[in-house]
Amino acid sequence: MFAELQNSIGNDVMMGLAQAVGAIALCAAVVALCAWQSVHVEREAAVSIARGLVQMVFIGIVLALMLHGNLLIGSLILLLMTIAAALTAARRIKGIDDGFLLCFWSIAAGAGTIIAVMLATRSLRPDIAILVPVGSMIIANAMNACAQAIERFRAEILAHVGQIEAGLSLGAEPAVAVSPHLQSAVYASLLPRLDMMKSLGLVWIPGVMAGMVVSGASPVYAGIYQFIIVAMILSASGITSLVATILVRSRVFSTAAQLTLRPAEAAAVK
Amino acid sequence: MTNSEISSETDVSADGATLAATSVDPSQAMVELETRGLSRRVGERVLVSDISLQVSRGEILAIVGASGAGKSSFLRLLNRLDEPTSGTVLLKSIDYRTIAPQELRRRVGMVMQTAYLFPGTVAANIAFGPTQRGEILAPDRIAGLLERVGLPGFADRHVSNLSGGEAQRVALARTIANEPEVLLLDEPTSALDEASVRGIENLILGIARERRMTCVMVTHNRDQAVRMAERTMIMEAGRLVAIGPTSEVLHVR
Repeated sequence: MFAELQNSIGNDVMMGLAQAVGAIALCAAVVALCAWQSVHVEREAAVSIARGLVQMVFIGIVLALMLHGNLLIGSLILLLMTIAAALTAARRIKGIDDGFLLCFWSIAAGAGTIIAVMLATRSLRPDIAILVPVGSMIIANAMNACAQAIERFRAEILAHVGQIEAGLSLGAEPAVAVSPHLQSAVYASLLPRLDMMKSLGLVWIPGVMAGMVVSGASPVYAGIYQFIIVAMILSASGITSLVATILVRSRVFSTAAQLTLRPAEAAAVK
Repeated sequence: MTNSEISSETDVSADGATLAATSVDPSQAMVELETRGLSRRVGERVLVSDISLQVSRGEILAIVGASGAGKSSFLRLLNRLDEPTSGTVLLKSIDYRTIAPQELRRRVGMVMQTAYLFPGTVAANIAFGPTQRGEILAPDRIAGLLERVGLPGFADRHVSNLSGGEAQRVALARTIANEPEVLLLDEPTSALDEASVRGIENLILGIARERRMTCVMVTHNRDQAVRMAERTMIMEAGRLVAIGPTSEVLHVR
């Protein structure tokens, strides 16, 4: 196991770190450019860049150590990634109870279902070196879809309290009263993924395809496989958004069908 | 607690001055709506404090008071859009907590300050309530309702093409389509010009009389209360401070 790690730490790593320093310098220049225009993201950018680098080096070491681990270890890594994704998504949500659990179940439902289907249909090999990177792409997109759907749904509800309560006042069930806003939130969260699919191969050749071609796979097969992954990302995001908004819906109404998320309550949370 | 007991409790102003008897004596008429010790508190803030009253069938009760007096908060408790912290509401002597919220809100309809029409046609808006119960509102019934609110031929219009007064008339027809027993009106004319105000007032009065519908109406306009309501209650800081015949209560104040 440690031999794998030793093999991976060599000239390649030193060259990679040098390239990373160059990338960080470019990011710093852009941050300085933003600051010149009074857009201050210095602190957030510094934290994000440091975290990104440390996390990627860490996952590289984990992969090197676990390269020949079994499906159980791979699943455990994906579970930890799902927890981290839920924590990240939950930080962007205000005014909703149990944000972490809500995000965890939503991301787990979306990414878990799709990864299981890919494993069952053998479009994903139970090999950690493939399972973890592909799984992480699906989880990361599910995380973004989850946060976007919840943020949009919450904003839609707060912007349409009167209309929702007008529906309730006419005898509508909560699910009916918020249905246009739930649809709008799910749609908005899927748009980036739909655009990603549309631009596939035209303006964007994803890393997995490039990696497969570099390592000798047929470019046509690499392209098809990349399409499969993006399609699975779209599916996982759709399931995640639907589950997340349905869970939010169940939390913003009382048992007596009263809308409990209202501007005053939301402001109090801030 | 008998009706007359509750009536005598609520006809006393906060400072102890006894107000004149009501023109519609709840003890003599069928009580449609009754509140018992109704209160709502959000955190430390008291929105509605211990309000008990009765409203008879076919009566129009106005609620007046300054901004922040708790008028709208009280109204929202009547169809359970908000939950009381204590106390309850009886609809035809039945505790409203035993009625499913959807059924309660059909029976206790509400017209809000803003029309809040749903995107789509006027007809779809009017059919919304019955559709929730799986009922299909026939086109002639929709046409009849629109005619009643002075908007004949408006069924196929998109709501985005309506004026403020027209939208409020559609909102009224939409609520009436549910055939409510009690109609709650939260400043339904506050956003309208003077000509539209009188039109909506006459419409509400006409519909209430035709259907012997009980109405509870929040208004900041005392003249409107005089024009429309048999009884008026005055609220201050969430409390009921006076209730009685409109002319006497407003004159007393």
